[in-house]
Amino acid sequence: MPADFIVSLYVFVLAGFIGFQVIGRVSRLLHTPLMSLTNALDAVVVVAAMIIAGRRESSLAVILGTIAVAASFSNAVGGFIITERMLGMFKSGGSKKS
Amino acid sequence: MNAIVQQNVTDFAYLISIILFILSLRWLSSPASARRGVRAGEIGMAIAILATLAGSGIIQYKWILIGLVIGGMIGVPLGFVKTTAVPQRTALSHAFGALSAALIGISEYYVNTPHITKFGMVEIALEVIIGSLTVTGSLIAAGKLQEVLPQRPITYKGQNFVSLSVLSAAVLSGVILMFRPGFPHLFPVMVILSLGFGVLLVTPIGGADMPTVISLLNSYAGLADALLGFVLNSRVLIVAGALDGASGLILSVIMCKAMNRSFTNVLFGAFGQVQAGKVGAAEERTVRSATPEDAAEILTAASNVVIVPGYGMAVAQAQHKVRELYDILTHRGINVTFGVHPVAGRMPGHMNVLLAEANIPYDKLLEMDDVNSEMPQADVALIIGANDVTNPAARTDPSSPIYGMPIIDVDKARTVMVIKRSLNPGFAGIDNPLYYLDKTLMLFGDAKHFVGEIVRELGQGQNQH
Repeated sequence: MPADFIVSLYVFVLAGFIGFQVIGRVSRLLHTPLMSLTNALDAVVVVAAMIIAGRRESSLAVILGTIAVAASFSNAVGGFIITERMLGMFKSGGSKKS
Repeated sequence: MNAIVQQNVTDFAYLISIILFILSLRWLSSPASARRGVRAGEIGMAIAILATLAGSGIIQYKWILIGLVIGGMIGVPLGFVKTTAVPQRTALSHAFGALSAALIGISEYYVNTPHITKFGMVEIALEVIIGSLTVTGSLIAAGKLQEVLPQRPITYKGQNFVSLSVLSAAVLSGVILMFRPGFPHLFPVMVILSLGFGVLLVTPIGGADMPTVISLLNSYAGLADALLGFVLNSRVLIVAGALDGASGLILSVIMCKAMNRSFTNVLFGAFGQVQAGKVGAAEERTVRSATPEDAAEILTAASNVVIVPGYGMAVAQAQHKVRELYDILTHRGINVTFGVHPVAGRMPGHMNVLLAEANIPYDKLLEMDDVNSEMPQADVALIIGANDVTNPAARTDPSSPIYGMPIIDVDKARTVMVIKRSLNPGFAGIDNPLYYLDKTLMLFGDAKHFVGEIVRELGQGQNQH
């Protein structure tokens, strides 16, 4: 088994643990924004897509990479916008008086 | 700057992004700090993108920029959809995320073949299979939620056998590719089979199970990203994918528990085709119905009111009328709370967003367990557009298909009022004995119209005083 794989596995397992701990504490009120936020964070795959699109290793790689950049970046943009919009709707009883 | 230093700087930037991503989710623990969380995520994302553009051996920027512009043009409108459409938007974004992961895996395969190690091939095959099935599965889910595809479970005989055969064939192609790298034409076969399996996986699942399915697809999308991180040795992808995968998994488990079902049951046992025998017996029983005036009178006499909303409330666009009702009752010193079942709505937490959008303060939105402990003190439980999640048969009738499912115990309130179009059984086609109780008043009509009528009655009452 390659050494890189072992390191990656460590990172994966530890990140998974952190994920379970942190996300287990997210208020149930916010589960929809949670899903759109994790979606947006997951869009960091755009980083890999940009490398594929920009290295010019083959024209297939450039085409697939460009589509991947568009798909993942749309998630980043859309995900952050909608999460922020939804969170803006949550107001506590104290702050509201009309 | 030499290459190694540059690489170190990039890696360090990624580490900062990872820290910000974790903090971002950490701050989502309460509505008060949640917006700071989004900000942290945005900054983390910006750092990762800029670090990559600055130092990752990129030769040409043209196509990257084109991709970013197109992505932005798709992403902005998707950020501004209506709150009722958030579930299908979410399903669509799972599809985009998985698409991007799958395409990068495919590109890695073609760029590096035939110099891929056996181990590398396992990683790529797993990544591409999971990514591809998530793409089509999420598109089908989005289609069902958008109602361009039929919501009913579509089933046929031997379905599970066919689906699992397709998946097995995809995995088998991957295994052959690992031992015989000389068959590159098997790779597209594997991709197509995986895409096909995604369709077969989600098509038989009914609309009522969408909250679980959407969470499960979220988890797959995260897993695909993490696996891509293994393929590319990218830690930032592994962390983001693991966080997303963990989140999807937690939500799936919560959804399954809230429906008292197992994963296998959701995925392989189509719901909604049960129950034919019991309806006959139900028709002989009588219900009491009431007018908006009656309802207004009962509400005025109450001091504790619990409103239990379901997706039907959102379909009828009644949430703003409900908010008026909330205002007018609260103004009279009546304590009004909302009991939100975990599967109310079409995705986890959806109902909370719909109510928050209608300006109902979030501290009035109670979870199932909290509202159930208060239910015996409630004078009125008002059910708007919810059905199965209030069905006492889930507690009392072992023969009911929803027996064992946790419900909101509205039948423990002193009076129960149900706003409903007719006595037709709900989404899952299950009869609800709640409607035949002596303490239950049925308010037949469209939710928005009926709540509006109640509000008008209450308003008139106020003017007379």
